[in-house]
Amino acid sequence: MKHLLSTEDLSAANAIRILDTAEEMAAVGDREVKKLPALRGRTVVNLFFEDSTRTRISFEAAAKRLSADVINFAAKGSSVSKGESLKDTAQTLAAMGADAVVIRHWASGAPHRLASTDWIDAAVINAGDGTHEHPTQALLDAFTMRRHWSSLHGSASTGADLTGMRVAIAGDVLHSRVARSNVWLLRTLGAEVTLVAPPTLLPIGVEHWPCKVSYNLDETLEGGVDAMMMLRVQGERMNASFFPSTREYSRRWGFDDARLRALDELGLKDTIIMHPGPMNRGLEISSAAADSPRSTVLAQVRNGVSVRMAALYLLLSGDSREAAHTPGAARTNTARSEKESI
Amino acid sequence: MTETATGTASGTYLIRGAAILGGDAEDLLIRDGVIAERGAGLSAEGATVIEAAGLVALPGMVDIHTHLREPGREDAETVETGTRAAALGGYTAVHAMANSNPVADTAGVVEQVHSLGRASGWVDVRPVGAVTVGLAGEQLAELGAMADSRAQVRVFSDDGICVHDPVLMRRALEYVKAFDGVVAQHAQEPRLTAGAQMNEGAVSAVLGLAGWPAVAEESIIARDVLLAQHVGSRLHVCHVSTAGSVEIVRWAKERGINVTAEVTPHHLLLTDELVRSYDPVYKVNPPLRTDADVQALRAGLADGTIDVVGTDHAPHPSEHKECEWAQAAMGMTGLETALSVVQETMIETGLMTWADFARVTSTVPAAIGRVADQGRPLEAGEPANVILVDPAARWTVDPHKMATMGRNSPFAGKELPGAVVATFFKGHPTVLDGKLNTPYRYAAEPAGAGSE
Repeated sequence: MKHLLSTEDLSAANAIRILDTAEEMAAVGDREVKKLPALRGRTVVNLFFEDSTRTRISFEAAAKRLSADVINFAAKGSSVSKGESLKDTAQTLAAMGADAVVIRHWASGAPHRLASTDWIDAAVINAGDGTHEHPTQALLDAFTMRRHWSSLHGSASTGADLTGMRVAIAGDVLHSRVARSNVWLLRTLGAEVTLVAPPTLLPIGVEHWPCKVSYNLDETLEGGVDAMMMLRVQGERMNASFFPSTREYSRRWGFDDARLRALDELGLKDTIIMHPGPMNRGLEISSAAADSPRSTVLAQVRNGVSVRMAALYLLLSGDSREAAHTPGAARTNTARSEKESI
Repeated sequence: MTETATGTASGTYLIRGAAILGGDAEDLLIRDGVIAERGAGLSAEGATVIEAAGLVALPGMVDIHTHLREPGREDAETVETGTRAAALGGYTAVHAMANSNPVADTAGVVEQVHSLGRASGWVDVRPVGAVTVGLAGEQLAELGAMADSRAQVRVFSDDGICVHDPVLMRRALEYVKAFDGVVAQHAQEPRLTAGAQMNEGAVSAVLGLAGWPAVAEESIIARDVLLAQHVGSRLHVCHVSTAGSVEIVRWAKERGINVTAEVTPHHLLLTDELVRSYDPVYKVNPPLRTDADVQALRAGLADGTIDVVGTDHAPHPSEHKECEWAQAAMGMTGLETALSVVQETMIETGLMTWADFARVTSTVPAAIGRVADQGRPLEAGEPANVILVDPAARWTVDPHKMATMGRNSPFAGKELPGAVVATFFKGHPTVLDGKLNTPYRYAAEPAGAGSE
């Protein structure tokens, strides 16, 4: 496989390979010179049909730390806003010699279209498509969880999965690409996932997903949670009758101060609180929760660069044998996945 | 050339040894636009002989649901190209849906389409009139004027858009009784399907595409059969796609409600699993459903709950499909694959015979559309709208080899059974040896009916 489109079809070996490579990349970030020559001369295009400064600069930083040339192509104010089709945009980028396209698109499946057509031959990384998937977000979340889970067990992150970890994901699952990517990846890594949401914000068909579903956040916390991930809720969902008011939503499904205290009362001293950002403070997460020592929000952002470096590196620099020759990013303990590429 | 009452039928044809409706082999002698004789060992004198051993003779197929796109979207299809495709697919009549541009909501537009059909001469083109002005769902179009026009419209539909206003639907159902018309409803509750992209279920949940719930179709059908019962009108339900819809139609028929229902070939074969590719060739309205729905539709067609197969042939220019799923147009081509798909799903599965096939693709759709001279028995004295089918043939679908301008066939690359060998339209072979021959040429319209 030459693309990273979803976590649904990502094998455990490949997922761990990405996470392990990200650990190596993180080590580079701790050095004085935070740059590798691995992708020198390669061109990475950030093709963003939807505004997302956070994701775009994360990918940009990742590509630059690998010495790739980066082109940022924002659909707004470009030929795309003048009616150019995805096909023509893709062919244009191909003609310019793009080696990888990082695509963010409001339409579910747009990265699949780029990867499955002959419009462009570049590696495609899904940076979030509609309400479908956001695989690098799930990978950075898993990376963050794995570091936490491993440190609790006094073992090394590298090579580990998340077996036994209890993860709750609360919020607008229906419209969340983050939730979908996390459910598939966390299943693959052995975690136990519970989705918590109002019934209106769960998709029909969720009963087939490899996770538990709850309408009650307090009961879920009482059952024991090692990582509590809050999803962003759009206030405008209120206007479409998904819930009566933002206050009611916040009371029932928000991670407020009372629930933060409840973690202590329940003896869940090691539970982390996660959020993919940007946060609606006071809606799905209280400021006290977001700023507490349990919060991994900034660690997630930091880890995002490492994970995206790993993804770009593995997609663009070929097999793991090559990887072993690259200073600072060598990994040879992924022999079991040598035959696979991601 | 033989001059007939309405036009020219070129020659006399002896179809030798065809299995009539899949039954015993007999000969059919076609002369002067009619089946002159049917029987064994007919004389070939003066006739062009077509050896039909191994072939099945069927009445020309009648499509109750075709989009010919003209006027307005001649980049997608024209009456000429669409009716060529129809002839090749075994059709001798098609109902051209009203969602052209301008909309077929006046006598002028339906007469234009009717005239284009006669000029092409490949099949009977029966225009469908819009129920409401501009398909806007607000005001009844001049249904009577369309009925009285040269196009003699009997089927009225806002297809593509549901007549969702219950009062307007009631009035339309009542009003068309004045000229023996029928309202063909596109059952889709608009609020429940705002922004909908695909069937709502396990697959849409994973793909993150906005769901199109079965209930949006079923609730409208339930309402409409009750309305039809209340006002004593006949109702036709376009392209039913869910198991629940089949149940509701079955219930309505048991109560004696005058409702007919249609299923498309693609809903008899394909499921929403295909959407996992995000390839918009699988984007269609109503959407592809689940395997349970497919099985219920097949059972419903076999037991007569669903009356007819309608193609919902919907050609689109390639740029409307070479894009993101959400941006893509809805619709699939179907005229040139319908026979094969129905053979694959209904006949090769043992659910139906060729006689049943003739009922659901010809006899009943002609009756619903009140199309004279179509869907008739293959008997002496009947109009010679006849097709010959090779049921043993197998072929691989290649949209680039089709006569339709649309390349959006969901069956591309698929091997299917059955091939149309010949199509006789009004006694004239529009298709011979599986290839287009020549169109039928009409004489001038009867005096007083206007000129073309």
